[in-house]
Amino acid sequence: MVGIGKTAFGAFADRDLRSLAVEAVENAMRDAKVEAKQVEAFYLGNFAGPSFVGQNHLAPYVGGAVGFEGIPCTRFEDACASSGAAFCHAWQSVAAGIYDVVVAAGVEKMTSQTTPKVAEILAGAGDMASEGRAGATFPALFAMIARRHMHQFGTTREQLASVAVKNHANGAKNPLAHLRKVITIEQALAGKPIAEPLTVYDCSLISDGAAAVVIVPLEHAARYNPRFAKVLAVTQTSDHVALDHKADITLFPAVRAAGEKAYKMAGLTAKQIDLAELHDCFTIAEIIASEDLGFAAKGQGGPFAASGATGINGQIPINTSGGLKSKGHPVGATGVGQLCDIVMQLRGDAGERQVARHNIGLAQNLGGSGATCVVTILEAA
Amino acid sequence: MPARDGVVYTETIVHAAPEQYAADAPYQLAIIELDDGVRITGRILERAQIGDRVRFVEERNGVAYYRK
Repeated sequence: MVGIGKTAFGAFADRDLRSLAVEAVENAMRDAKVEAKQVEAFYLGNFAGPSFVGQNHLAPYVGGAVGFEGIPCTRFEDACASSGAAFCHAWQSVAAGIYDVVVAAGVEKMTSQTTPKVAEILAGAGDMASEGRAGATFPALFAMIARRHMHQFGTTREQLASVAVKNHANGAKNPLAHLRKVITIEQALAGKPIAEPLTVYDCSLISDGAAAVVIVPLEHAARYNPRFAKVLAVTQTSDHVALDHKADITLFPAVRAAGEKAYKMAGLTAKQIDLAELHDCFTIAEIIASEDLGFAAKGQGGPFAASGATGINGQIPINTSGGLKSKGHPVGATGVGQLCDIVMQLRGDAGERQVARHNIGLAQNLGGSGATCVVTILEAA
Repeated sequence: MPARDGVVYTETIVHAAPEQYAADAPYQLAIIELDDGVRITGRILERAQIGDRVRFVEERNGVAYYRK
């Protein structure tokens, strides 16, 4: 990975989807010292552009504005894991020797719709004929996951809130974050209920934004950018879309499988990961992902988070970017955005948020209530 | 005959509803484990908790409603 580029995440009334995507791609190409004419394929993650902004055919729509000429441009849709999936396929095409220079990106423009309309669009990542029809929003699905996790393992509201407090503290130090605001446990617990037991502070943000990376074969990487990151593993897995089809909703089989395969591909264990960006679309999702990826024991993700182990100075810093909670969650951009955040840490460019050990980072991108997962492990050059 | 009644596997009370169900909020959404082991997502009239036994009341617009 020789180039990274992000826009700020936030609510940008004066920006459209295309201009956000172009800005991120141009930033990544500048970082990689690559020009548009050198790029051989473009992989764009986007969850719901057609619903949010009424535009289809998004990859050539963005690619044309960047200046890509005649190359394959394809949109990937796997709900909130759309750009993780785009990256996975981009990497595979380079690893297979098909292309030498590709761009993987993600973009979403969400804030031009009302919150109830956004909830309705995002609900399409679930099974619309069953859970959607019954009135399940994504907060509601994760609230049901949280309730079950609390019931089986004794996870508490305070432990959930500790994830939000930690991610807001990190995001407050991130100049590209959407909501740069420190919050207290008391505020988080007293937040407006969205779907019980989740309050507004347990839920990620509705954001606009884009992110992009440039990938080349490892043997060429130093020529483009001596500060490249080596892709040690990328894995993508799937599971049932409907939550009521899962045998146990207190874990995500797709996350477990993607993690196990990624650790095997990289020849590493969870203990060797220096930092991670986990898909905290809801506080409970970060807690369960920390268990599924082996950072915490099963059922112990709540106490683990509350102990401070996942803070910037903890044993495994999680979401030093502020996570989806504070950095923002432009859904289609999130997967590639996480990769950019990891690379900034690997390069030692994370400023106030910089972690002490930053040789190996892991990113986990989740789609829906666990029907898609992409896990990526990166190593500093 | 397939089972109609069951036990609450998990539940939530939805306050922020999607646009088309805004008039219903707050409402209780749940996954019910029916007596034959099948799980379905439906709504609970009044309130129930995990482990509570619920019985099928009716189906409206393709959604199953339950009551304690």
